Amino acid sequence: MTDISDRQQLGYIASQAADARLNLELETEGMTLNIGPQHPATHGTLRIIAKLDGEQVIAADPVMGYMHRGYEKLTEVRTYPQVTSLINRIDWLGSFANEVPFILAAEQLMEVEAPPRAQWIRTILFEMSRIANVVLFLGDMAVQVGAVTPVFFAFRDREHILNQIESATGGRFHPNFDRIGGLKDDLPAGWVAETKQVMKKMRGFCDEIETLVMGNEIFQKRTRGIGVIPPDVGLQYGLSGANIRGSGVDWDVRRDNPNGLVYDQVDWKVWTHPDGDSFSRFWVRLQEVREATKIVDQLLDTIPAGPIMAKVPRIIKVTAGEAYVETENPLGVMGYYVISKGDLVPYRVKIRSASFNNMSITPWLLKGVYVPDIVTILGSLYFILGDIDR
Amino acid sequence: MSLLAELSYWQQTSLRVVGGLAGVLLVAGTLVYLHLFKMVSFMQSRLGPMEAGPFGSLQLLAEVGKHLQKEDIFPRKADKFVFAAAPFVILASTFLLVVVVPAGPDAWFINNDVGIYLGMAVSSVSVIGILMAGWGSANKYSLLGGLRATGQLIAYELPLILAVVGVVIQAGTMNMQGIVIAQAEGEIFGWGGIGNPYILTQGVAFMIFMIAMQAELTQAPFDMPIAESELVSGYMTEYSGMRFLLFFIGEFATAGVFASVASVLFLGGWWAPIPGLEWDDNTWNLLGPIVLITKIVILTFIVFWVRFTFPRFREDQLQRLAWKFLIPIALANIVVTAIFKVWI
Amino acid sequence: MSQLSSTDTPTEEAEIATDTVREAMLEQLSAELGDALVGSHLEPGIDLTIRVTADAWAQTAEFLKNGMGFAYFSFVSAIDWLPSPFGRDMDSQVDLALEGADPKEAEEMIWGLAGGETRFQVFARVNDIVGHRALTIKADVPADTLTVPSWVGTYAGANWHEREAWEMFGINFEGHPGLRHIYLPGEFEGNPMRKDFPLLARRVKPWPGIVDVEAMPGSDDEEDETDAGGSND
Repeated sequence: MTDISDRQQLGYIASQAADARLNLELETEGMTLNIGPQHPATHGTLRIIAKLDGEQVIAADPVMGYMHRGYEKLTEVRTYPQVTSLINRIDWLGSFANEVPFILAAEQLMEVEAPPRAQWIRTILFEMSRIANVVLFLGDMAVQVGAVTPVFFAFRDREHILNQIESATGGRFHPNFDRIGGLKDDLPAGWVAETKQVMKKMRGFCDEIETLVMGNEIFQKRTRGIGVIPPDVGLQYGLSGANIRGSGVDWDVRRDNPNGLVYDQVDWKVWTHPDGDSFSRFWVRLQEVREATKIVDQLLDTIPAGPIMAKVPRIIKVTAGEAYVETENPLGVMGYYVISKGDLVPYRVKIRSASFNNMSITPWLLKGVYVPDIVTILGSLYFILGDIDR
Repeated sequence: MSLLAELSYWQQTSLRVVGGLAGVLLVAGTLVYLHLFKMVSFMQSRLGPMEAGPFGSLQLLAEVGKHLQKEDIFPRKADKFVFAAAPFVILASTFLLVVVVPAGPDAWFINNDVGIYLGMAVSSVSVIGILMAGWGSANKYSLLGGLRATGQLIAYELPLILAVVGVVIQAGTMNMQGIVIAQAEGEIFGWGGIGNPYILTQGVAFMIFMIAMQAELTQAPFDMPIAESELVSGYMTEYSGMRFLLFFIGEFATAGVFASVASVLFLGGWWAPIPGLEWDDNTWNLLGPIVLITKIVILTFIVFWVRFTFPRFREDQLQRLAWKFLIPIALANIVVTAIFKVWI
Repeated sequence: MSQLSSTDTPTEEAEIATDTVREAMLEQLSAELGDALVGSHLEPGIDLTIRVTADAWAQTAEFLKNGMGFAYFSFVSAIDWLPSPFGRDMDSQVDLALEGADPKEAEEMIWGLAGGETRFQVFARVNDIVGHRALTIKADVPADTLTVPSWVGTYAGANWHEREAWEMFGINFEGHPGLRHIYLPGEFEGNPMRKDFPLLARRVKPWPGIVDVEAMPGSDDEEDETDAGGSND
């Protein structure tokens, strides 16, 4: 982590060069380009006000809030079981993963532990929602650099995952399946064997993307050395997930603090890439999908029998106290700081979403890049608007 | 010549205008259906349009009907005249280009001794149309797209023309008809079994021509002027309804027309080495258009295959490719061709 | 490819082992901060929460980052400890205020972990990703000025979080480069996350209560079906 690669050095240079340009008296008048809130590259309704000199960005200022739904306020008037249906909508591509840290925080306060089978199924579904989320990124990143075909492959293969999630939970996008003390239901018959087939397909998809997108020279030209984040800057801004691992920082909450998920029961690997550019973030995510399929495969083999629900009261009142639980969600580290006063509803829930922190680096990162690179950088940072605005 | 000679000038002209319109629009429609609707759908594991007509073959007509009904929106600050005229300028360039392409020994629009020179000249008119669209829209995205397109088209005119020069040296004529005949009657180092399609002896020039053509058509990987993921749709952003349709048709028609120029220059145009077929003008007048369209479909297939597979370059990378890579190679190709032409 | 991959160590740290880690953290912090550390709460094996004075808020960040290796910034936010003047919305199936009931007596403020003295607290979380440690830092916000020092100088990522806290709670961060709205429109008035900011949706439509309590899997569903709908307790 201490050595900085040449590419990471580039990150500093680009930023400083842009600062120097800003300080110069410009001979020409800059152009202010308003990217968004309706723009294909913004995955929703992000808006970026970019000051341009020609096609070079001098300053970029993201404007959020077009999708702010006030979840932190709304959770204060909903019972704990009701909260999960709200927070499902934070990162809508990997919804199940949003529920888990909140439920874990509530369980920590109530001192309840889910039975092993529930923990296993939770981890399986957690990883499947990671696949469902990141697979779309792998296709979408290609769209951001101009190749339209891979995203269709992504949608095609994501369908298998969604079908499995649906048959297990009843919901394709918003399962709302996690309960304090366990899960809503057990797995349907035959699900394990089907899921194994799907995992095989997903590995095939990864191979396809690797040759079709990652091996493409133009793709590499567009992403290598673009949007370089040095590790210390990334840490300061609180980047997480593949964004920080793409800068060579070896940190994964799943491994370092499993927090009630059973990652310590499987043999897997945390991938990092030393370059810190857009390409390395893509690379890390691709490897993470592969790892996720492996994790799911192993967990399916070792899934224990038993109940899926611990003994919890019918009407849930969470013990007074405070708990913070974070998990390694598809987009990065997501945590819930839950403050309870012993009521039916939480007193305060602070949602620490991954994309909000990941995006906060953009004013620093977008300085000095060209307009086409805005798109690849935003694409490689991979944010979901619901995860920024909450 | 026999049929046309009996008609008066205005009759000939009207015939050619109708022929030109059909030649451009029908071919463009075929390309849209074959490539955009079906081939790409196959590549992207979907079916494409299936409802309008058998296998969706009338989908394009439905699209035209839809676009004709749509409101023709002008942005408030748009330069109205420039904005309105831009699609027609682009389409005009396409229609002007098609007139130099012969489709048979007698099936030509104009038979000019500087045919390819004329073709290259009128093809660059489309730059003006794109710049007009970009400027007239009063939209920053359109302006960026228009400027990118201008830079790109100027950069890629050069390799395009330099690639043609090799062919012209080898054929010894700039007449398009003459180039076809030269390929039909040519020999490759003394062997004339299949004539001399210049793709064999001018393979380098063909590659350069196809790459530059891809850039001229602003298709991926050179579609920065349109770049839907960054500039939304570049110079087309503000267009709607009929005028958008003109751009859309223009895009595919131009692809077809450029492919026809490429097939005349490198694949032997309307002529094909069919064994056992005696040379006869009337036979080729009938066969020629079919052969030509087959070649167009093959070449445009490559264009759209590349378009839907590759990511796009960045503007500076594109310029670097043109000036540092394509142009030197094209120049070297001319020198080598000239040496062969003079001494061998 | 091997240098790209990390070591494959399942860090199964014993729960008790982390205890000593957190105690050492607390000792180090109290040695550095002295009187500025006004409260702490250590839950063995789970978490450490400390409370510092508002004046020492920035200094704490500086020390955590440069002195203790907490290089990773997680979040900054705030808590409003004022009990809601609208009563606890979930208590009744009809809006008592609309029904004409007397407004409730203002309840006592009850603070959470590591105590508190003022209505508003800012709290933040930082991680040490090398040592796999993390802690929560809280600080009371002075009631008169509602101002605490900004963390932006130490952790650049605090910028947006402080804008959010400023917007949602009305807390000023001294030294922040530009406190302006981040989520809400520029002309928005009020601080929505304060407990006395009414949630209009709840005012115009009373909470339905916890109807639809679903059956627990594996439990006998008949026994308390009747009181599932009732939520007035």
